[in-house]
Amino acid sequence: LGLALYASSLCAMSGAAFLYHDYCVIGAGPAGLQAAYFLQRAGRDYIVFERSHAPGSFFALYPRHRKLISINKQYTGKSNSEFNLRHDWNSLLSHDRRLLFRRYSRDFFPNADTMVRYLEDFASLLKLRVQYNTAIIHVTLEKNEQAWNGHYFLLTDQDRKNYKCSSLLVAAGTWVPNVVNFPGSEYVEGYETVSINPEDFTGQTVLILGRGNSAFETAENILGVTNFIHMVSRSRVRLSWATHYVGDLRAINNGLLDTYQLKSLDGLLEGDLEDLAIVKDKKGKLHITLRFYLENRNISAGIDSITLPQDELDNFATRAPYDRVIRCLGWKFDFSIYNRSLRMMPGKGNIKKYPQIKPSYESRGTRGLFVLGTASHSVDFRKSAGGFIHGFRYTTRAVHRLLENRHHGVPWPSTVYPITQLTNSIIKRVNEASGLYQMFSVLADIILLRENATEFEYLEEYPIGVLAELEMQTGRKARNGLFVIIMEYGRNFSGADKDVFYYNRAVGEAQHAWQSNFLHPVIYYYKHLPTEREMRLRPPDWPLPRPNAIHHVVEDFLTDWTAPNAHILPLRRFLENCLGTDLRNFFAESCFLFAFTHQKLPPSCQQGYVRMQGLLGSQELRQHAVQAGLLQDYTHTDFSGDRPPDSHHGSQEHLRRDHGIPLRPLQHLVNAKDE
Amino acid sequence: MPAQKDRWVSSLVFLLFCASSIPKCGSASLQQEPSPQHYFSGLEAGKTSLAFFSPSVSPGAQPFLEHIESSAEALQDYGVSVVKVNCPKEDVSRYCGKENALRKAFLFRGNRLIREFPTDALFDVNSIVANVLFALLFNEVKYVETLADLENIENVLKGKSNMVFAYVPATGTAEHRAVMEAAFVYGTIHQFVLTTEAALLKATSHDDPDVSSAWLLFCHCQQVTEPAQACRRTALAQPLTLLNIHRHLKLMGAPLVTEVAEDPEKISTVHLQLGLPLVFILSQKETYEADRRTAEFVAWQLLGKAGVALLSRDLVELNVLQRSNVALKTPDEGMPIQYLVLEDTDEVITLVEDKSKVKQIQEEEQEEEEDEDEKENNNQDIQDDQVVEAVSRDKKRELPLEQILVLTEENFHSSLSEAARTVVLFYASWEAVSLAVLRSYSEVAAHLQGSPGVLLSRVNCWDWPGLCSQENVTQFPTLRIYQEGQQSVTYGGMWGTEELSSFILLSQVSCPLKLATMDEAEGYLRGEFPSGLPSHHHTSLLGVFSSATSKAREAFEEAGNILSGHVRMGMYFEDDALALSQKYSVSPPALLLARSGGRSVEGIALSQHSVQDMVQMIRYELLDIFPEITVPNLPQYLQLGKPFLILFSAGDISQVESKEMLKLAKRRPQQTFVVCWLNLKKTPVGYGILRTYFSTTPPLPLLLWVNLHAGGQVFKFPSEQSITEMNILSWLEQLQAGLEIPSSTLSEEDWKPPLPAYDFLQMMEPSVPELSPHPADSPAQHPPKNAGGDSAGGDSGSREEPSQASTAEEVGVPGRGLRGTAPRLAARDKPGRRHSEL
Repeated sequence: LGLALYASSLCAMSGAAFLYHDYCVIGAGPAGLQAAYFLQRAGRDYIVFERSHAPGSFFALYPRHRKLISINKQYTGKSNSEFNLRHDWNSLLSHDRRLLFRRYSRDFFPNADTMVRYLEDFASLLKLRVQYNTAIIHVTLEKNEQAWNGHYFLLTDQDRKNYKCSSLLVAAGTWVPNVVNFPGSEYVEGYETVSINPEDFTGQTVLILGRGNSAFETAENILGVTNFIHMVSRSRVRLSWATHYVGDLRAINNGLLDTYQLKSLDGLLEGDLEDLAIVKDKKGKLHITLRFYLENRNISAGIDSITLPQDELDNFATRAPYDRVIRCLGWKFDFSIYNRSLRMMPGKGNIKKYPQIKPSYESRGTRGLFVLGTASHSVDFRKSAGGFIHGFRYTTRAVHRLLENRHHGVPWPSTVYPITQLTNSIIKRVNEASGLYQMFSVLADIILLRENATEFEYLEEYPIGVLAELEMQTGRKARNGLFVIIMEYGRNFSGADKDVFYYNRAVGEAQHAWQSNFLHPVIYYYKHLPTEREMRLRPPDWPLPRPNAIHHVVEDFLTDWTAPNAHILPLRRFLENCLGTDLRNFFAESCFLFAFTHQKLPPSCQQGYVRMQGLLGSQELRQHAVQAGLLQDYTHTDFSGDRPPDSHHGSQEHLRRDHGIPLRPLQHLVNAKDE
Repeated sequence: MPAQKDRWVSSLVFLLFCASSIPKCGSASLQQEPSPQHYFSGLEAGKTSLAFFSPSVSPGAQPFLEHIESSAEALQDYGVSVVKVNCPKEDVSRYCGKENALRKAFLFRGNRLIREFPTDALFDVNSIVANVLFALLFNEVKYVETLADLENIENVLKGKSNMVFAYVPATGTAEHRAVMEAAFVYGTIHQFVLTTEAALLKATSHDDPDVSSAWLLFCHCQQVTEPAQACRRTALAQPLTLLNIHRHLKLMGAPLVTEVAEDPEKISTVHLQLGLPLVFILSQKETYEADRRTAEFVAWQLLGKAGVALLSRDLVELNVLQRSNVALKTPDEGMPIQYLVLEDTDEVITLVEDKSKVKQIQEEEQEEEEDEDEKENNNQDIQDDQVVEAVSRDKKRELPLEQILVLTEENFHSSLSEAARTVVLFYASWEAVSLAVLRSYSEVAAHLQGSPGVLLSRVNCWDWPGLCSQENVTQFPTLRIYQEGQQSVTYGGMWGTEELSSFILLSQVSCPLKLATMDEAEGYLRGEFPSGLPSHHHTSLLGVFSSATSKAREAFEEAGNILSGHVRMGMYFEDDALALSQKYSVSPPALLLARSGGRSVEGIALSQHSVQDMVQMIRYELLDIFPEITVPNLPQYLQLGKPFLILFSAGDISQVESKEMLKLAKRRPQQTFVVCWLNLKKTPVGYGILRTYFSTTPPLPLLLWVNLHAGGQVFKFPSEQSITEMNILSWLEQLQAGLEIPSSTLSEEDWKPPLPAYDFLQMMEPSVPELSPHPADSPAQHPPKNAGGDSAGGDSGSREEPSQASTAEEVGVPGRGLRGTAPRLAARDKPGRRHSEL
């Protein structure tokens, strides 16, 4: 109550002193700057608040051992800038080619200082409006009918200066360290402050709480000088190459796994930290015991009066005393600055460190409040890359596009193509698009069919969690069916306990593509936009509800999906059967023949040849087509009117048969409908 | 066909089930009764049972017991229970006591004894069922011995009901059983008559029948009105089995001739359902009576072989020739209806009988066909896109691209600023159409080699997507000409070497070209100025404006920008413009059109001032009056949306024909159709057109009227007439009056997908149960390695092995075929091998 009173008096007091902006962004980290970039490019009125004197203050301190585990690939053998972003996990999106991370560091795993320098450059080169040394300490709402969302956001900084915004973008990250309280937790050093000088650990026995990358990074640093290191955590270790989740333990940090499994004294243990207790003996050594033994006992009475587990169980695993205990338990979102009226609630279960948001990244509690960056990871925690720069640079762009449509009437950018370009546009995107690739199963390309399927509209990187709201969120119409293009790993392939190296793990045959395990494109076809209900009732672990038809492009060792027969042909057949049309390309000569012998023309002739853009083709190509039996050569036909030579006849038959085969156009679609 | 068989088998089973379910009976197997007293006290009125009595197991009755046990189930279908009654030793009653009673079986209805059978008459299941039913159906099945008996029955039935007359060589056979079973179902509808007399069979049949095999005749007595008239008979041509009899009776029960007043494609009759063809007799109001008689005649001939329907053409819109009088619909799904012109009824009958012969052969070959079907499905992964296939067959050939500058994001803008004019082809290196155009482009480069002021270049959008989107290239391929200080021009023409070269050359000259003096203007019209322009563009266009008419001039200039590279356009607006235009008897603003090198110059007054109208007008004026249609130029004439009067010629057309056609083309009503010709030597695909129309190449030259846009009819100018203006005109009048029969009609077919796609949804359902709309009960999730499903079940043990992947032995084990597919190097083998090495 006191706080509320204080807040309201604050409002009343300095009502006139509010500085107004349409958009306020909290935090000038990667996500905040990325959002600022898009707002700036769109010419919006915005301001970024940063509590530090420079951008990326988190990176100025973390990771403590300064090695980023985001890859910075210098060479891919390709010049395609979009494709190369798939292997550049540090750059933010911008039009400025100077702002590519590989121009800042040549290291595959760069130093965190480079990131700080990069973010400084990003903010200054692009002239982003960042207000430094401004720590927002309180956020509240002011009801107003005129406001975009029915209320304004009122922000107060450490100097009691006030700001008012129509839309609030929270890109504050997760920076509050997770702390566990148990008897003796005062002896525990935090990751934030622990020495990073290995010499300080010489000849020591160390216990590390936690099993994430920061824990292993800490262990890695002192592995060579300690007696031994033990790590305790509730859950089993999750290796990122097994889970396909970049937030799990990365191979670069997992040296301790080696020494554990090779019985070189280090080790991993599972146990609930809440049950733990630490007792310090007279020599300053730390003994592990259980809370259970300490109950109703005065700790100050001294170690001798306390029962240790090894007194009863003389081979208790952590019976050896430790010199130091280090806590590396990660971070959580700072919920403290938001007034209760904003209803910024923590998520449930393993996403309690993040605020609750919708798949559109809008807060569940407050309209107009969007959470960006790491703090928005609840949408795809332990699934995709939304908590990391290479993922949230795309989700931030998606949020910006949603806002442009909602507040400025700028519909989601799209390109309209003739239907003949359908296969091409999909192939192009699945081969180069980085947003689809990094944010697999979260962002999707959407193809909206126009009436009669002669044209289609292509929307890039839309959050599929809000697919049902597509028309409202994008300002585009989806009346005539749609394709959703996403990338997926094989279901049940990834997981902490999965063997991801078993024999024949990769599929090579296009007809078995649905069993592909590695990341591969999947295309869903819906005759109608799925409803909210269908989205809610989708099968567990499915990003989308049951489609009318589905196509998997078979996984590829080189992630190059341009093979004409293995990738493009099955895709074309799928699209053809969804649309009920023939999407083959034809040489002008074939179109000429069809124009004289058919009342209707295939789309490629209709949209190309008839519009005087036919493909005449070189002599060699036409010859190849004739040899393949797909084009008939009439040049040697004699004049007597006899039957043509057999080969010619055959090829014509082939063409005709191809066309004449009685088809069951997506019979399963019809059946599904009946059911 | 098999599906249809199933359908009527099941309907028969259903029938039998209905029949049997009325007298409800107990278990399907043999009933045991402890004693005769017990048995007789349990007999219910109206319930039929077959009982046999046995004191103990006598060795002689053993095989009989087996048969009777196995017939219990069959008899149960007819409401007859089979009971074995145990005779206590001391029992000396009627059935148990006597020695010979033990060698008999007794049929009771209620507790009344109907028949007793000696066990030697019940030698197998067929004989038991046949004899029991024969006894039960005493009224429904008449047994006759003489022709007189048969005729008596026939006479009684005339006008009332039909008769089924069966001959079996002996009772108790399988055929006998089939007849009795059929009688059980149909006995109330038809009168069944049975005989075993070979003499009787011979008496009823015209030719000499084989008396050792059973016969069944259906006698159509119901329609017989006069006692003197004999009943028509239709023999069952197939062997006597229950199914065949059922089928035969069903066919006989169907109406002789069905009257049809709807689309024959939608019609389905008993015949089609039973796998027999249906013959349509096409009728008209005027000839209805005669047609009806014909239909009935044919129907009698085809009874049991095909159905006959009378289709009234007045009621159904039929898109077939007026002359057609018979149509044949086969039961095979997807087979179109055949429309035929037949002279007499024999032809109809032969047609059907031949069909069934063909069918028999086909059935024999069915297995082979099934193999072929499988192959057909595998065609899914065979490339059927002619462009993609041609390009991939050509991919090993190295293209001569040295002449074409490769542009990148780095050098794009600097290169453009260096040259006055840069031609850029935007393409994607994985896209087939792009690559096909790149081949033509390389030919253009060779063609234009040495031409000054032309710089050919290319951008691979797969390498430089940023550049392509920046240049607003959304489709591949795109060809653009960048000129310093001017808007770039995007090519919108045919992707052919010649067309591209011409475009690039023409684009060198500004469009429209401003002419400064009268001499230049005259030279321009003659095609002499400016020198060095491509000669293959025959028509030059000159806009003449007095300086006052600047609005028209602006529109003309704008139109020039649009048509740049496609049309030779000049413009003259000096003071003496009036003099120039008056030379061609127009006044400015005007267009001067010089065709074929200025030999004739046409003057056209410019009345429209909008750019779009002007572009359209120029395009229209550039069309020839009597063009030779070629592959590249057809679209220009197609856009007119008119029918084509086209002369197919084996080479150049003769002077005479050309003159006559030209005369025709120059007539005023030319606007309603396009007069053109096609040189088969230059455009050999024309043979393909003729073959589609006439299935062979007819004598040339050949004049055709092709309704490309409406209706798609093709009319052939009578070959006996000479091609003169007058003949053609009168023929066209006939056409218009609807007096000519089209020789062919353009296919109306839609362009459907050539082949089905992989149905992944269906494949996923069994292994991903949550996907199916009705989730299966089993919650078991298949781990992905088991998801293959098609590997042998015994494989499951070995699935554990991958976890021990480091054993040396494992390395040598070839792919265990988790999915039963051959591994591909890139996707499967390679990573496998590599990881095992590590």
